[in-house]
Amino acid sequence: MADISTARGDLKLTRITKTYGDFNAVDDLSLVIPAGSFFALLGPSGCGKTTTLRMVAGLEEPTVGSIHLGTTDITTTKPYQRPINTVFQNYALFPHLTIFENIAFGLRRRGVKDVKEAVDKVLNLVELPHLAERKPTQLSGGQQQRIALARAIVNRPALLLLDEPLGALDLKLRRQMQIELKWIQKEVGLTFVHVTHDQEEAMTMADTIAVMNEGQIEQMGSPADLYDNPETAFVANFLGQSNLIKGTITGSDGDSHVVDLFGQKISLPKNRSHAVDNSIYAGIRPEKFRISRLQTPVNGNVLTGGRIEDVSYIGVSTQYQVAMPWGQELMVFEQNDDGVAPFDKGDEVNISWEPIFTFALRGDEDATAGSEVVPEDLDEE
Amino acid sequence: MSRASVQAPIPTIPFGARVSRWFGRNLIRIYAIFAFTYLFIPVLYTFAFSFNDGGKSNLIWKGFTLSNWQNPCGAPEVCNALGNSIKIGFLATFFATILGTMIAFAIGRHEFKGRSSSNLLIFLPMATPEIVLGASLLTLFLVFKINPGFWPTVIAHIVFCISFVVVTVKARIASLDPRLEQAAMDLYANEFETFRRVTLPLVAPGIAGAALLSFSLSFDDFIITNFNSGTLTTFPKFIYVSAARGIPPQANVIGSSMFFLALALVIVGQIVSRKRKVS
Repeated sequence: MADISTARGDLKLTRITKTYGDFNAVDDLSLVIPAGSFFALLGPSGCGKTTTLRMVAGLEEPTVGSIHLGTTDITTTKPYQRPINTVFQNYALFPHLTIFENIAFGLRRRGVKDVKEAVDKVLNLVELPHLAERKPTQLSGGQQQRIALARAIVNRPALLLLDEPLGALDLKLRRQMQIELKWIQKEVGLTFVHVTHDQEEAMTMADTIAVMNEGQIEQMGSPADLYDNPETAFVANFLGQSNLIKGTITGSDGDSHVVDLFGQKISLPKNRSHAVDNSIYAGIRPEKFRISRLQTPVNGNVLTGGRIEDVSYIGVSTQYQVAMPWGQELMVFEQNDDGVAPFDKGDEVNISWEPIFTFALRGDEDATAGSEVVPEDLDEE
Repeated sequence: MSRASVQAPIPTIPFGARVSRWFGRNLIRIYAIFAFTYLFIPVLYTFAFSFNDGGKSNLIWKGFTLSNWQNPCGAPEVCNALGNSIKIGFLATFFATILGTMIAFAIGRHEFKGRSSSNLLIFLPMATPEIVLGASLLTLFLVFKINPGFWPTVIAHIVFCISFVVVTVKARIASLDPRLEQAAMDLYANEFETFRRVTLPLVAPGIAGAALLSFSLSFDDFIITNFNSGTLTTFPKFIYVSAARGIPPQANVIGSSMFFLALALVIVGQIVSRKRKVS
């Protein structure tokens, strides 16, 4: 067998299934994570993302399927044989060891004689060189998070796994760490695989996101791809918010479909349609809509007959609920930057948007999939 | 202006309310003083009478002397009995701690058939009345034609100490985050190294506590020992026997020394753990 510890290259999961009793936590999942990328597995609680990560780390074994690192099969190898390190959700720093010894732990186990230089270097990288002789309990949450990261990257693994690494931090610190993590990933040039339920976190950090749901990958792509051109209702609702309107493709006009939405015709770019037949859900993000008074002329796609149901002033934007003639309420986010007098409850309005912002999903989907997912409670501790 | 209101007289709190407030704040202290007095009077009594110049019987105060402390082995047999108790205590602690720790790991960490029933059975020696345990052990030894004496006593002590070790160590294992061991494995430590570098150091305080508990249980035991020791005299047995004709003050000296030794251990332990937290 080839020496596993020196394996490098892309991480390849091939038809992985993980079964607990009669529940498939991960269901026939195949995935390639290119070396050097910052990859995010994003999904709600129980979608199988953490199980996937644990299988890559070697803490679980897949029921079926194989895991390759480069050309080396690592499916059944022990965690300590793999050149893969993990930043655990609650950091799992060794409480009986100093910060220095925590970081040196992996190096020492691999028989590295002189650990001081490497440990000092990585402590400088995470900007905590003065804490080397402290114990983990004497550190704040944010400091522990950085030490957990340092303890993993000091080994220069082929793959660094991050399991909800920022979940225990408060919002402000989380934002700061998101930027820092991304910077560190560029700096050390390792492959990062990041598991999270926080779509904003995934979007901020990752080059590529795989959205997981019920043990399978719903869609994979860059953050912009996933947001602007979701392929399923789950992705459309889980990443940000979407207005999904039932409709029918009635004709063609060059590169666009002509779509009938409850009697009103709109245009949809053909390359943004993921429908399989003429029955579709037309999707538009709330911030892409513009609201106008009935007499104001507008271009692009227009839906008439709206009435403002609710107005919430958020600061950077105003959020409107607009009731449409067919009974659906659409969500509209308007920037407070155009000097137009805000609309009031009960105002009769038109809604318009640029046709290129329209996407289309299969008409037989559950339009609410992914929208009722509440942020999970991190760890039941 | 609001200045004016400052001039208004400050309302006084009625005397009754002040008294009840004082009691509310200090009741726990008063209670604690009574509780500790109750607990420590016997200890103080023992300590005081270790200085009694009472000769063979130590029931009535006859005068102050240091001779008991200068010659703790002065009474016949007392140090022989003490030596036996210490030997039995160390041996029982040693084996009970090793065996009990292994059982605790098996029950606390592994799934196997009969796990929950073992978990229950391990409590039985603790729940069984000592007199029953002692008598049955004696019967058992006699069935196997083993005469009561030193080793049967050690074995009997191991039996009841194991339960306490298992319970103490298991509690420690249960509080151990399994992710720490996963983290060690993730950081290139194999199963043995993970145990040695992470699991064992983290469970060690529990094991040490279990060992101390075992020793004090063994050292202290009279009932089970009485059944299984035959002609061998242990310290508790010595005291029991001499009670009939008067406990020599040397017994008070040894008893007080044990108390102060234990107290010193606790204080040192507190200082060490406090230092660790601060540094």
